[in-house]
Amino acid sequence: MADANTTLNRRSFLKASALAGGGMMLGFNWLAGCAPESPAPKGLPEAWHDINAFLKIGDNGLVTIMSPNPEIGQNVKTSMPMIVAEELDVNWRDVVVEQAPLNTDKYTRQVAGGSQSIRQGWQGLRTAGATARRMLMEAAARRWDVPVDEVTTEAGTIRHTSSGQTLGYGDVASAAATVPVPETVELKNPTDFSIIGTSRKNVDAREIVTGKPLFGIDTQREGMLIAMIEHPPAFGMTIKSLDASAAKALPGIRDVFTIDVAPDGFERQWSDVNAFPELVVVLGASTWEVMKAKKALKVEWERTSPAESSADHAQRLAELVKSGTTEPARRDGNPEAAFQQAATVIERTYRAPFLAHNTLEPMNFFADVRADRAELLGPIQTPEYLRTSASRLLGLPEDAIAVQMTRMGGGFGRRLYGNFGLEAALISQKAQAPIKLVYTREDDMTQGTYRPAYQVTYRAALDEDGTMTAFHVRGAGVHGGPVFADRFPAGAVDHYLAENLSLDSNISTGAWRAPRSNFIAGAEQSFLDEVAEAAGKDPIDFRLELFDRARTDPVGKEHDYDAARYAGVLRLVRETSGWDAPPRPGVARGVSAYYCHNSYVAQVLDVTLDDGEPRVDTVWCAVDCGIVVNPDAARNQVEGGIVDGIGHAMYSALSFTDGAPDQQNFDDYHLIRNAEAPRAIETVFVDNGIDPTGLGEPSLPPIMGALANALAQATGTRLYTQPYANSLDAVELQATTG
Amino acid sequence: MPTFTLSVNGRSHQVDAAADTPLLWVLREHLDLVGTKYGCGIAQCGACTIHLDGVAVRSCTLPVSKVGDRAVTTIEGLSEEGDHPVQQAWLEHDVPQCGYCQAGQIMSAASLLAANPNPSDDEIEQAMDGNICRCGTYVRIRKAIKTAAERS
Repeated sequence: MADANTTLNRRSFLKASALAGGGMMLGFNWLAGCAPESPAPKGLPEAWHDINAFLKIGDNGLVTIMSPNPEIGQNVKTSMPMIVAEELDVNWRDVVVEQAPLNTDKYTRQVAGGSQSIRQGWQGLRTAGATARRMLMEAAARRWDVPVDEVTTEAGTIRHTSSGQTLGYGDVASAAATVPVPETVELKNPTDFSIIGTSRKNVDAREIVTGKPLFGIDTQREGMLIAMIEHPPAFGMTIKSLDASAAKALPGIRDVFTIDVAPDGFERQWSDVNAFPELVVVLGASTWEVMKAKKALKVEWERTSPAESSADHAQRLAELVKSGTTEPARRDGNPEAAFQQAATVIERTYRAPFLAHNTLEPMNFFADVRADRAELLGPIQTPEYLRTSASRLLGLPEDAIAVQMTRMGGGFGRRLYGNFGLEAALISQKAQAPIKLVYTREDDMTQGTYRPAYQVTYRAALDEDGTMTAFHVRGAGVHGGPVFADRFPAGAVDHYLAENLSLDSNISTGAWRAPRSNFIAGAEQSFLDEVAEAAGKDPIDFRLELFDRARTDPVGKEHDYDAARYAGVLRLVRETSGWDAPPRPGVARGVSAYYCHNSYVAQVLDVTLDDGEPRVDTVWCAVDCGIVVNPDAARNQVEGGIVDGIGHAMYSALSFTDGAPDQQNFDDYHLIRNAEAPRAIETVFVDNGIDPTGLGEPSLPPIMGALANALAQATGTRLYTQPYANSLDAVELQATTG
Repeated sequence: MPTFTLSVNGRSHQVDAAADTPLLWVLREHLDLVGTKYGCGIAQCGACTIHLDGVAVRSCTLPVSKVGDRAVTTIEGLSEEGDHPVQQAWLEHDVPQCGYCQAGQIMSAASLLAANPNPSDDEIEQAMDGNICRCGTYVRIRKAIKTAAERS
């Protein structure tokens, strides 16, 4: 057992002054339809007793656990409360989960990003549960007038070991709420976990499958108006003039006006990425009426910076990679000399386009801004940053702005950048009415904050024995290069050089699920596959030799991965996929391994050709994210990342002509569909008891490499440019015409 | 503004709306049935899938004036207790991630199974190809449909 100090986040554990949370009761975790054998769940209690910010206990033993972080589909609304419940030692059936409001004094990091919720929440959530358990035990001990160390708990029941007396948590919840918060508490030994490590259903699943209002876009309020925006049709443009007369005359339209969410003097935070701060707003009674009025707007736009096109980006990135100047991000040994002395040098260049996030729930937010206070409610990955920027924009103090998080119809990084929340707030302030801002799909896809376009060139030097003696990576991207200098194979090669270059643009970019890794992993793992082939080595053996080098005799300054864990997932997937067995006829395989967001993933992907069309058959995946909190939900995350990665590498692209996105909706932006997804995904987790790390992102980056490597085996063509489906079409065209 | 009489989830409703209003927005804003989702507005993503006389239809491009006396079923009316075999299978396989597309997925799956109680893998993939899941739960969706087919 480990002791946890409660003083770090002490405000979280002090008795809440008001009813904890005060938010909506959103989810019951029991699934009566699925578990007829389980006893009937407890009804609602007569009274709730706040034990600390994370939980309150009803007088009948029902427990409400606050889920602190935004839920974007990564399952934290289930898995974070599971961690509290584990240390509280309560029956999961008796737990109700509630979304916490924004209150970082109590809940510290309330962000959905970087796959960090479980990793950074782990200790605090455990401590919250353990603190409450200890306070319940002390309350029971006082009631019985016995020493607290004679008291134990089991699944919501407190027992005095020698007398056999028992009390339910509900019986002492009122008294426990007045017990002084202990300075330190004991945490369970992970081998004693009974909730963590067992699969628990999504607490919102029943509401989801019955269509209950859960999402921001479902918000309805008395007197609420619908707002939509019109942003410039191309990057580098702004509003010149507006003729709203026709739109204003249409039925249901209340007003048309312009707003600016980044006026002179507005201090932008990192989350205020926004290419279109000046917008036309249409306000009306219903969505359809507003959509029609949007089409009746007569807006003249003017260009304020040059129009960019995809051909320009490709050329400028190529020029940067070829001859741009930059300081090395990392340099080990003497790479120039090593390349000169090499028996073989392999050089390859990889490219990928811009991508839109395309959360299926488009950007939206509810705002009710009054003279002295504001309520903001909706889908946001960074509620605290939104509050700060809203405070600056509205001229209201932060403590006058209440931010509530709804379940999000996807995030993928887009909702880290809360421009839509600021827009809603400003519209409500200007209209003096509660409003719900909703983007059309076209508004959403053409608004920006994209995954940047990238290009990277790799070089590897091999000696006569096929040992990689030097490695050089030189990458460029829009608003920042894609290279992680200290990641693999840094530390595994004697002579190593990493360089990163950035291309300026008026197209806004931002974090997109597994930022940078979502390109560089696929490129690196494709390249290493070719290097292994040139070295005459099995691609897994080749990587394992490098991990072995990094582990036993690392080169240069510290690298940022654990080579043993990296090798561990690769060995595991070698075993589960049957890599060393004779190949199945008609099945081509590719392998990949990557480390990002503190977790390790290795994958083998099988491709078959059906009339020359590739189809992903089975994906084999091995993951090391330490302790797996909710195994089936964790598998779901891994599966989703794999499908997402295959889809974007294979099919998706956002391109530009004269500054305007060429794709505006799902008729021309190809997102992966059911019949294009793998036939099966087989995921295994390493069981090592290490504190858990994140899963929202790590399975996505490597799959792009596994896919490219399998396609190369299947088609005989190495692919260097995403989306691969276009590259394959080009190859086929060349074959039939050439 | 014209008045339309709609049969939704077994009940009759009078709705005042412009004739070209897509059924999606009538459901969401006039009848407060928000389980049917907006995703694209051009019948490309399937988030707005409902049943018209038991057949899956995209409600985002169906004008309210074209519904007539056909029976509209939404996710809220698919079953009384939320226990349609497809809904149960979705819970059993814990399909949803973000959950936004799932009402549409379930309505497409229920329509498929009503017409074809034992679909093959290919038939499932083809029938579900009009429903985008941005989180990528396709493998679970297929498994859940198989389970629902076995049960019903």
